[in-house]
Amino acid sequence: MSLTRQDVEKIAHLARLAIADREMPVYVHSLSRIVEFVDQLSRADTGRVTPMAHPLAGQTQRLRLDQVTETDHHDKYQENAPAVQAGLYIVPRVIE
Amino acid sequence: MLHTRSIGELAETLRRREISSVELTRHYLERIESLDPALNALITKTAEQALLQAAAADRRLAGGETAPLLGIPLIHKDIFCTDGVRTSCGSRMLDNFVAPYDATVVARLKAAGAVMLGKANMDEFAMGSSNETSHYGAVNNPWDHGKVPGGSSGGSAAAVAARLAPFATGTDTGGSIRQPAALTGVTGVKPTYGRVSRYGMIAFASSLDQAGVIARSAADAAIVLQLMSGFDAKDSTSVDMPVPDYAAALGAPLQGLRIGVLKEFADGLEARNGALLGAALKVYRSLGAETLDVSLPSLPLSVPTYYVVAPAECSSNLSRFDGVRFGYRCKDAKNLQDLYERSRGEGFGAEVKRRIMTGTYVLSAGYFDAYYLKAQKVRQLITDEFRAAFERVDLLIGPTTPTPAFAIGAKIDDPVTMYLNDIYTIGANLAGLPALSVPCGFIDDLPMGVQLIGPHFSESRLLNAAHRFQLATDWHQRVPPGYE
Repeated sequence: MSLTRQDVEKIAHLARLAIADREMPVYVHSLSRIVEFVDQLSRADTGRVTPMAHPLAGQTQRLRLDQVTETDHHDKYQENAPAVQAGLYIVPRVIE
Repeated sequence: MLHTRSIGELAETLRRREISSVELTRHYLERIESLDPALNALITKTAEQALLQAAAADRRLAGGETAPLLGIPLIHKDIFCTDGVRTSCGSRMLDNFVAPYDATVVARLKAAGAVMLGKANMDEFAMGSSNETSHYGAVNNPWDHGKVPGGSSGGSAAAVAARLAPFATGTDTGGSIRQPAALTGVTGVKPTYGRVSRYGMIAFASSLDQAGVIARSAADAAIVLQLMSGFDAKDSTSVDMPVPDYAAALGAPLQGLRIGVLKEFADGLEARNGALLGAALKVYRSLGAETLDVSLPSLPLSVPTYYVVAPAECSSNLSRFDGVRFGYRCKDAKNLQDLYERSRGEGFGAEVKRRIMTGTYVLSAGYFDAYYLKAQKVRQLITDEFRAAFERVDLLIGPTTPTPAFAIGAKIDDPVTMYLNDIYTIGANLAGLPALSVPCGFIDDLPMGVQLIGPHFSESRLLNAAHRFQLATDWHQRVPPGYE
């Protein structure tokens, strides 16, 4: 199944990826190739199979007590931030 | 020569104070300085910290400590967070990211006294089979600089093959430890899903990713895997099961071991690859193992299954990279949407964007059932077939790769051709099974590997089978010319 340029533009938007105009045809082509390739899966007989939730059978999500166990590492973790002011991450204005 | 010795021999040498960890570390740092420019196996070198760690190890050794990795140098794949040291994941997106904590794997090896020489080059965000998608440039295979080392742990494998370190950590989501190990003539082990903590290991596909080790022998790998493995409360997919003594099990005789030859892999194998597999089977029979044919009819669907599941999971995991809190941020963003789109568009390379978009597509409304849900059903089918096979055999055997190392640039144009390099390795990831690759010969003077796959938590038996093979053969002792 081939994808159209419109399909890829929509996907790129959902994924918040800016794709240059001139690069679009390359992505349309390669994504179409990939989708054609994975279309083989439709041939598999999976009528009575439950989709896998975890590779190891019988695993469940571990829970822990609702207790504070971490200390505040705010300053350390914010060292990698591109733009910071008063401990807050600065981004272009969101609310007009 | 120091760099030809096994981990066990090096540990003994250090214990007897014949050399110090500082001298051993310097030896490897000098090799890196002179040999890595031709390989590009390292993204970051941590010479200063290495010497400090080595000095600390020497103090512990002087105090009488005898831990197996104390003072032994290593290289970490640049996917593991290393406190205070850049962790790039092979991407422009994290080129400026200094990890604020250690991954559990890093912390455990550090506590064991291992010395970090640097961070290994890798395919960007672990997506690739050739180390050509790295923001930091391709890695050259030490056996032929014009050939790829494999990927995504290409830097780790090339470094170990070139004897720049006794071992390196790697990660394996679709074959990224085993395939480069095979293409560079070294031993690579991917443990059972959940055996080794993923805390601090930058996530690609969370239900497939596993950390593992690349070393020059199963015996060396066993020592490292011992220390890497085990329950970690910080990883919710970590399995709480005791870690057996891998080294103790290495020497057991293989009499009566049942090894299944995967029909779907053996059929249609290129003649010389088939001959290498045949030779490996002969060695195993001479060691007392029994070989029989096994069929996993759904296995040929493993590559398309993977290329739905892995991109789906990656599209979710990589959504955290948005230019807001860390990582690459584009210049002069007009608004928040522009910030996201251009930070991500500029920060990620083409293969990563391809996989994010594939994943977004297969998870999107109208396609989720046909693709993602369907793939997870096929994945369950494949896993069930492996389980049935392991009722008749103890281990499965097959080739690791379809071909020896290919030329840099040869396959980068068509994504699907590149994806088919993982044809033999992907099944084990889908089913969460442990698997390893050991050197088994050469094609066109380039190394090839044979792969063993075991049931969940059978690492002891896998390492034992690999070790006995390495006692009976010497492929794993071959050194790339110029790296002796």
